[in-house]
Amino acid sequence: MTTTINIKPVSTDVSNLPVLEISKLTVGYLGNEALQRVVHEVSLVVRPGEVVALVGESGSGKTTMAQAVIGLLAENGRLEAGAVRLNGADIAGWSQKQLDTIRGSKITLIPQDPTSSLNPVKTIGAQVAEVLQIHRQGSRAEIDERVIKLLALVGLSQPELRAKQYPHELSGGMRQRVLIAIAVALRPALIIADEPTSALDVTVQKRILDLIDELRREYGTAVLLVTHDLGVAADRANHTVVLKGGRIQEEGPTAEVLASPRSDYTRKLLADAPSLGKTRPASRKRSPRLVGRDDAVVVKNLVQDFAVGRRDVFRAVDNVSFTVRRGTTHAIVGESGSGKTTTARSIVGFLKPTTGRILVDGIDVTSLRGENLRRFRKTIQLVYQNPFTSLDPRQTIFQIIEEPLLNFGSLPREDRARKVQAILERVGLPQSVLTRRPHALSGGQLQRVAIARALVLDPQVLVLDEAVSALDVTVQAQILTLLDELQRALELTYLFISHDLAVVRQISDTVSVLHNGRQVDIGPVEDVFQRPGSAYTRELISAIPGQRNGNQYSFP
Amino acid sequence: MTGLNTIGRSSLRDDADIPASASKASTHTSLVAHRLKPLRGIQPGLVLSWSVMAVVVLWALFPQWFTSYSATVGVARQQLRAPSAEHWLGTDALGRDLLARIIYGAGNSLSGALVAVGVGLVVGTTLGIVAGSARGRIDVAIMRCVDVLLSIPQLLLSLSIVILLGFGIVNAAIAVGITSIASFARLARSEVVRVRASDYVEAAFGSGGTFSRVLLRHILPNSLTSVIAFAALQLGWAILTISTLGFLGYGAPPPTPEWGLLIAEGRNYLARAWWLTTVPGVVVILVVLSANRISQSFGKARA
Amino acid sequence: MSGYVIGRIGQAALVLWAAFTVSFVLLQALPGDAILIKFLNPELGLGPEQIADIRTSYGADSPLVVQYVHTALNFLTGNFGYSIHAGVPVGDLILANLPQTLWLGTLGFLLSLVLAITFAALSVLSPFSWLRSFIQSIPALFISTPVFWLGILLIQIFSFQLRLIPIINPGPWQALILPVLTLAVPISAPLAQILMRNIDHVLTEPFVAVARAKGASHRWVLWKHVAKNAVLPTLTIAGILFGELLAGAVVTEAVFGLNGLGGLTQRSVNDQDIAVLQAIVVFSAAAFVLINLTVDLLYPVFDPRLRVRQGAAA
Repeated sequence: MTTTINIKPVSTDVSNLPVLEISKLTVGYLGNEALQRVVHEVSLVVRPGEVVALVGESGSGKTTMAQAVIGLLAENGRLEAGAVRLNGADIAGWSQKQLDTIRGSKITLIPQDPTSSLNPVKTIGAQVAEVLQIHRQGSRAEIDERVIKLLALVGLSQPELRAKQYPHELSGGMRQRVLIAIAVALRPALIIADEPTSALDVTVQKRILDLIDELRREYGTAVLLVTHDLGVAADRANHTVVLKGGRIQEEGPTAEVLASPRSDYTRKLLADAPSLGKTRPASRKRSPRLVGRDDAVVVKNLVQDFAVGRRDVFRAVDNVSFTVRRGTTHAIVGESGSGKTTTARSIVGFLKPTTGRILVDGIDVTSLRGENLRRFRKTIQLVYQNPFTSLDPRQTIFQIIEEPLLNFGSLPREDRARKVQAILERVGLPQSVLTRRPHALSGGQLQRVAIARALVLDPQVLVLDEAVSALDVTVQAQILTLLDELQRALELTYLFISHDLAVVRQISDTVSVLHNGRQVDIGPVEDVFQRPGSAYTRELISAIPGQRNGNQYSFP
Repeated sequence: MTGLNTIGRSSLRDDADIPASASKASTHTSLVAHRLKPLRGIQPGLVLSWSVMAVVVLWALFPQWFTSYSATVGVARQQLRAPSAEHWLGTDALGRDLLARIIYGAGNSLSGALVAVGVGLVVGTTLGIVAGSARGRIDVAIMRCVDVLLSIPQLLLSLSIVILLGFGIVNAAIAVGITSIASFARLARSEVVRVRASDYVEAAFGSGGTFSRVLLRHILPNSLTSVIAFAALQLGWAILTISTLGFLGYGAPPPTPEWGLLIAEGRNYLARAWWLTTVPGVVVILVVLSANRISQSFGKARA
Repeated sequence: MSGYVIGRIGQAALVLWAAFTVSFVLLQALPGDAILIKFLNPELGLGPEQIADIRTSYGADSPLVVQYVHTALNFLTGNFGYSIHAGVPVGDLILANLPQTLWLGTLGFLLSLVLAITFAALSVLSPFSWLRSFIQSIPALFISTPVFWLGILLIQIFSFQLRLIPIINPGPWQALILPVLTLAVPISAPLAQILMRNIDHVLTEPFVAVARAKGASHRWVLWKHVAKNAVLPTLTIAGILFGELLAGAVVTEAVFGLNGLGGLTQRSVNDQDIAVLQAIVVFSAAAFVLINLTVDLLYPVFDPRLRVRQGAAA
């Protein structure tokens, strides 16, 4: 499926007047001391039927922009200067009462997190009907009828049943469809989609973006697509605006921005985005010296059951087997609920498998208990997804990295300090952070600390559980480079747990694809990508954003 | 289907720019500026609260510094005098200086509250920590007992204990303390359970930590902050409840100066001596408000 | 479904039984002897044998286990024993004092609801942030106020200074005004605080922003989205609130000299009339357990999220 890119020439035609024209918009937040500006004189134009992507990393001001346009800034937010013209009328100075008349009808919102964006105590039907009631669209019966039609329009099966259900009875993807139904109910001129899919699995993300595309084409609605993912912008937008620190770095037709970026920042963003990266190292060929002869990790017929209630059993992992050669990286890929994290936790010894065998460095993990299990932990270490929760907020960075050394053995104080300093340098952090506490460091720095803590015991195997998924793409690229360096220098074996196929392709040698607890594909990473062995893997690969519109790689 | 990790993914990227920019600003300022911050953001209410507490503690420790009158022996022919230069807060029916009785009463009220909070804090927190870290049957057993304690209204429970122990200020304080065991236990347990479930505790086990080490190094320090904040809150509550028991006549026997008892005694002279009831009540309110405000600041420091 | 209900009722019965046991241990099993206190009084001129006879007639000499089983069975059949001080059945005493407290408690509770909702509404609708923080600080003041002192202050203001309500022989309604106010103010404070906190919390939920994006006004959002989500969690403190209400009644009745359960409680403590106090303790524990049971069983009716779990338990 391809979208036609129709970048219409700017004309004076009345019907082609911009739907949204933002000029020199400046927004700030009132803090304790002073006003802090987060958007600086940003201008952009969205024409009818057009998708404009607003791309940026965290702190770029993109969400603030979206909130400012729809008039829903946080209470301490101030629209300092500039104009927001909707169909020619400047709504920047409008009161909330005036804005209420256009919100939901002329300009609507698809929010970020579908799980918390629906009122938990009201039915789906009532929440879709609400937008029609607010804007007085006919009698009760008419509204009920339209609600069912809308739910069917966004692709929900059994719309009559869905209308009577409550949000918690629907999956995340279904809830996002409901929110889209609300957004398109009154055929608005402009939809603001604020990271509409970043909380969803990649296959669901593709279906939701397809749906937005379809409705946009049918209704001729313009979309302002706020996203952190350049791949999504590449696939879906006619026009792309790159934002950094509240300032525009680059803007232009998407194809041009991608093909010949003018700003350094865009170039860096492009290079770092795993799905678009042009500087991706050619397939990883290891020197035979590095790749050991033996297997560092062997998993055989792993099964993990969980009790649900008193009688029922949920099988989270079902008969998974793979081996990882020493010095290589094996990835476990899957969407939420695939069992990838459960597998990882069994391997590091946090869970006792129901059946199956796990050998790490020749040791049978499943039979370990008590002191033996504690001793075993020296050989394998886990790095968590979220460094803000995996580091004790009350400890200093020095204490955090030193702690594993205290758990094992009798190293004198000076040696411990030397070791901590050495490992800190290894992960690329200055010695000055040692006295700080986690809250004073950025996410990327904290993840380096977490890696340092994992490495201080000189383990053989590192399990990286979505260890780069929470980071901005430029930071993610830095951490991936660091991991690569560390692997070469320390002959580490990595088990890389991820939902992100593009990253997996970049970093791993071999890969297992999990789906609903079963392993549906396994093999060297290029083999799996070129010749996927299952329909599910094919779907996963085709859902990676950044492949449409003739972008660099296409899969057979 | 959105799993836990996908939710975490989106939240961490903090696309709402407000907290991101705010926190970034503070991380990039130097350490010095960081230390100065509390000075710049002085909260008058909090300063006032600490001053009130400081004055009351000084009253309790060195009452003789603040008044030359006796708290128990009245002056002849000075009964029921209205506030004046001589007696700032007036005198009672026996000619005793009200200010002196309030100042000397601080010791009784404060030590009573400390005993009460001490009993609840020590016993309740221990039970909660044991329940939260042992889990399983011990946890269930302890928490069922806590449920039972909670099912009896606090005042009735403390009255039952007062009957058992006998009247008096220490006994009243112990009774009040026992009734707060349940809430301390519940809070401590929930905090321990919360901290235990955190990634950093699992990581501590994962890097070879023994149970006792992880408990001492991570679980206790991170659980106790909110327990301490709650203890400050309970201090105010204990002062209130002890004064209530004193008012009902189950606390300190006359002529001991105790704030609740002062109000009870003043009741008989409502028409003639308004100050006898009004002023001690205002003092109680000020102290309790201050304790609550201080507790609130502890809670905020954690967040 | 019914399995869940039966299980929950069984659990409630268990807690109640345990509460009875606690009160028995505290009041009867441990030393402190009300009979001796009353009949040893030299004015009565009773000899040791006569006292022993009285003790036997109250069952005070039998082994503890026998006393325990005896008392438990009696409680089950509605026989709460005899008041040692008043010499009448405890059940009669409680029945005689109950109406006064029921009136006081119900009116006090209703007034506290009105006060709490008023504060919450004022704070959420106030256009200025300074006004909002001022309104939000009032419940903190109420919480810190001793109930008995508040009662005395009200008497002083309304009866002595303004002379609006007579102290001697007030009408039946007049007599209730000040006590109800005294009771309601401290109860309203935690309610108002919880309501305000919940409202502030719900207002930050993404679904509120979505509702605003539909074009809903602030008022519409408050009514249709915030109200129910903010009020529901306050149901869970209904049991604790009942305890507060009872404690407040004891103190209020003491201040205003009313004859209700609170006054009865105070007298039973003064006289060490253990049978009466134990009956009141068990009675209020039963009410507490019943309130919590009702809330637990009703909650899923209001909150759809809990219906599924309940179905799964059946």
